Amino acid sequence: MDENKIARDGAVIFSEYTRGEVIKKVVELNRDDILFELKESKLKGRGGAGFPTSTKWMLTAAAKADNKYVICNADEGEPGTFKDRVLLLEYPELVFDGMVIGGYTVGAKYGIVYLRGEYEYMLKSLQDYLEAMRNENLLGKNICGKEGFDFDIEIRLGSGAYVCGEETALIESLEGARGEARNRPPYPVNTGFMGRPTSVNNVETFASVVHIVTKGGQWFKQHGTDKSTGSKLFSVSGDCANPGVYELPWGTTINELLDKVGAVNTKAVQVGGASGVCLSKDQFERQLAYEDAGTGGSIMIFNESRDMVHVLKNFMEFFVEESCGQCTPCRIGNVKLLEGVEMIEKGEYTFRYINQLKELGATMQVASKCGLGQSSPNSFISILENFKEEIFNNGNGGTNGK
Amino acid sequence: MENKDTQRAPVSQKPHSVDKPADTTTIGGTISIEINNEKHTVPLGTTILDACKMTGIHVPTLCHHDDLCIAGVCRVCMVEVEGMRTLQASCAFPITSPIKIHTSTPMVRKARRHVIDLMLSEHHGECYSCVRNNNCELQSLANEYGVDKYTFGHVEKSRFEIDNSSFSVIRDMDKCVLCKRCVRTCIDLQEVGVLESVDRGDKTHISTFMEKDLADVICINCGQCINRCPTGALHANDPSDDIWNAIDDPKKHVVIQTAPSPRAAIGEEFGLEAGHSMTQELNTALRRIGFNAVFDTNFTADLTIIEEGTELIIRLFKALVEKDETVALPQFTSCSPGWVKYLEHYYPEYVDNLSSAKSPQQMFGALIKTFYAEKAGIDPKDMISVAVMPCSAKKFECNRPEMADSGYQDVDYGLTTRELAKMIKEAGINLPEMPKTHFDNPFGDASGAGLIFGATGGVMEAAIRTIVEFVLGKKAEDVFEKANVIPVRGFEGVKYYEIPLGDQFGPVPALIQHLVPNWDWLAGATLKVAVAHGTANAKKIMEDIKAGGKFSECHFIEFMACPGGCLGGGGQPIPTNEEIRKKRAQAIYAEDESLELRKSHDNPHVVKLYEEYLTEGPCGHLSHKLLHTHYTKRGKYIA
Repeated sequence: MDENKIARDGAVIFSEYTRGEVIKKVVELNRDDILFELKESKLKGRGGAGFPTSTKWMLTAAAKADNKYVICNADEGEPGTFKDRVLLLEYPELVFDGMVIGGYTVGAKYGIVYLRGEYEYMLKSLQDYLEAMRNENLLGKNICGKEGFDFDIEIRLGSGAYVCGEETALIESLEGARGEARNRPPYPVNTGFMGRPTSVNNVETFASVVHIVTKGGQWFKQHGTDKSTGSKLFSVSGDCANPGVYELPWGTTINELLDKVGAVNTKAVQVGGASGVCLSKDQFERQLAYEDAGTGGSIMIFNESRDMVHVLKNFMEFFVEESCGQCTPCRIGNVKLLEGVEMIEKGEYTFRYINQLKELGATMQVASKCGLGQSSPNSFISILENFKEEIFNNGNGGTNGK
Repeated sequence: MENKDTQRAPVSQKPHSVDKPADTTTIGGTISIEINNEKHTVPLGTTILDACKMTGIHVPTLCHHDDLCIAGVCRVCMVEVEGMRTLQASCAFPITSPIKIHTSTPMVRKARRHVIDLMLSEHHGECYSCVRNNNCELQSLANEYGVDKYTFGHVEKSRFEIDNSSFSVIRDMDKCVLCKRCVRTCIDLQEVGVLESVDRGDKTHISTFMEKDLADVICINCGQCINRCPTGALHANDPSDDIWNAIDDPKKHVVIQTAPSPRAAIGEEFGLEAGHSMTQELNTALRRIGFNAVFDTNFTADLTIIEEGTELIIRLFKALVEKDETVALPQFTSCSPGWVKYLEHYYPEYVDNLSSAKSPQQMFGALIKTFYAEKAGIDPKDMISVAVMPCSAKKFECNRPEMADSGYQDVDYGLTTRELAKMIKEAGINLPEMPKTHFDNPFGDASGAGLIFGATGGVMEAAIRTIVEFVLGKKAEDVFEKANVIPVRGFEGVKYYEIPLGDQFGPVPALIQHLVPNWDWLAGATLKVAVAHGTANAKKIMEDIKAGGKFSECHFIEFMACPGGCLGGGGQPIPTNEEIRKKRAQAIYAEDESLELRKSHDNPHVVKLYEEYLTEGPCGHLSHKLLHTHYTKRGKYIA
């Protein structure tokens, strides 16, 4: 660990790279070659949803339009996630070069970084960095001498709404509208920013792309598991000796991670931030992987001293406030789930009603308009299931399911 | 970064649809799908909701409205699509691949029930005391899904203060279910943009700029939001209690005028299919309720044609012959109070283009408390003048301070079609069973030209019938088949029409002969007119005029604030949609064609009024005092 709490021993993302290297290589390649490497690498989106990046870029590339856009989703709003901040601050070459590859591959002339409002402090240095790239002809017109390859990047600031990390809400926000998710289909790859085909990718996805194009898809997929190739940056926080950003191959088990970060007496691990699931001890042999315990990078560790009802309440309060408020299941559903948690806290509940709320949570997962409401019940359902014993035997005078 | 679309309205919910093929008979124009294991073929790009409708399957909806762009926010219309992890909002899902849809699986039914339960948990207010009782989409949904208890509780305390600042629209946000129909109506359909979602999460609510009262923002009172609200969250400011009190007061002489559109729609409130005119049944019902006299607003519509037409001739003469550059052209109609306020807010620099002629409602108001009062020997202070209108903005209009030329408030109450239907029901009257009777004198039955004021293009058609006869000296029937001016009819958003006057014109009738020293300047002229309905379409014309486009060359333009004109007004029965608007228009045009009297200038009562009372003729001194008005440059910023 260094002073910035980054474990830089990662084999993929943190491997050697110099600015512009990949761009010089890319301009000699066909768009299809790049898409082939991406497909070969089996890279999945690093924001958490895990959509195959090659498919997203292929669809954007195939869409016909006068203009296309590449957007870097740097809204990093998921509680407990801070790995994009590290990439932007310390490895901007990976992010921006990745965006240039994106622009080249999908045929976009503009790239936009949607930067989390709270990261305003890094805006100036990022803009300086882009200026330096322009000076080296890594951005601008006829990049690296490639006739007709024009691409430039602009940075826009978000205003603090969690939902704007959802790609269509992000696009609405970029267009100057309220941050609210759009209906899909149509998807941004066809109808995105300003109605044009748009590829929205996470900061870390762009960074991974750089290494894939430099070193090959084959090399990339040597890391990780068969279904979750490569490695992942994890933002580790909570009850451990060494919180920070770690690059670990997909497939690492929770136990291995806990060892690495120096966590003892761990009771619960929340994988995937507030919208993720909460695992108990008996599940610590599970793997961090899309096919098992998937995450956009957030790992929160809770030791034996933590009250799980309190943990859950904190998450639900977050969603009640951060729901964009447009669709019924998310806007009101989260309120009902929070009320349920408060009932448990006071010991004034019936199992009948708690079960109804779990069913409501299941409805929210399939009925909400966007990923926010579809994932907000995850912690409610998983905590009540995995920590049943603790929660419903809390000895605080509860009626315990009369 | 380029941004060419800066002109668009600040749209919160834009329609993100796929391109539909123009011709569905081409290969790839249609697509085979399965709904509930039955095979169907639908045009590419059809939404699941429409596909279900086509195949006779009912899918419940709430935020969806045929007039509005897609929102997909209420989530009531969810269905299962095979291969997709989540349920899909059928209103928002365009079909582009051969999908298999299931509309009534256990998961779908449970999810819908949950959504309804959630909405009910936050819906404060009880059905009995609600203006929308028995015509509420939330109530219907609860009924359809067998809701027999509040599964997730029910908010007992009011969270919002009722905003009754507006003369026209009352907002009771405790009943709001955040379907955003009002927002989409205001921003996308009307392009006024007064209502928007405010705050987020559980604090989300619909509000105005800086959360001001509706009376203090640039609301035009069109009431289109009311017509699309699924619950009682938005409703008109109902004066019927005051009217009942006036009727019960033996000292009061209560008269009522009825506009053309309510009679074409009120039958819907009594279970009739849209498109049944109830003109003469309504007259009987109003007398049985206790109104002392029942007048036809079409009379003052006829009068409007004479006054406004006269004004146009004077303006044209001044501008074209005398080259007076201070004269504002094109002349805009001023019948629609929603349009007038829209112009005052959005295009205040054009208030001089508005005809100074009052709307038919207000002309009548001024005449009832002067001419009629004199004739009937009643002190106008003992009169209560009511106007049945398809409109919520008329409530605002009659409260404009300048509308008191009789010495009293000219029209005391504007009553919507819905409110009148409620009064009729309360009086125990089944309207369709009423015997037919005529309107009362001294104004009598008016012309078909006045009647068609109710449909978009109607004012223009009525004006054209009169202009043709006045100026060309021909019968309108000789110029237009059955005197129907088809080019200005129909629901196209913006209509443009040219009428070459030719070299053969006159003789000009005595009524207007004296207006200008000579009439030769009209020889060979072409009258250019345009029609727009809905303020979004009005905006198109106004922007074109500002840019000096073809509409700036027009002489006369009819504007109506509401889609379809008055027949689609904010006071009309709910629901109102395109199909219903079409049927109401058919009823109006059919009634017009059935009448003997179809031209405003032929109305014998109008002729008599000029002979007996407005003796200086149209635009004369008394006309100006009673029948004309002025406007306010309001602008968009209200202190």
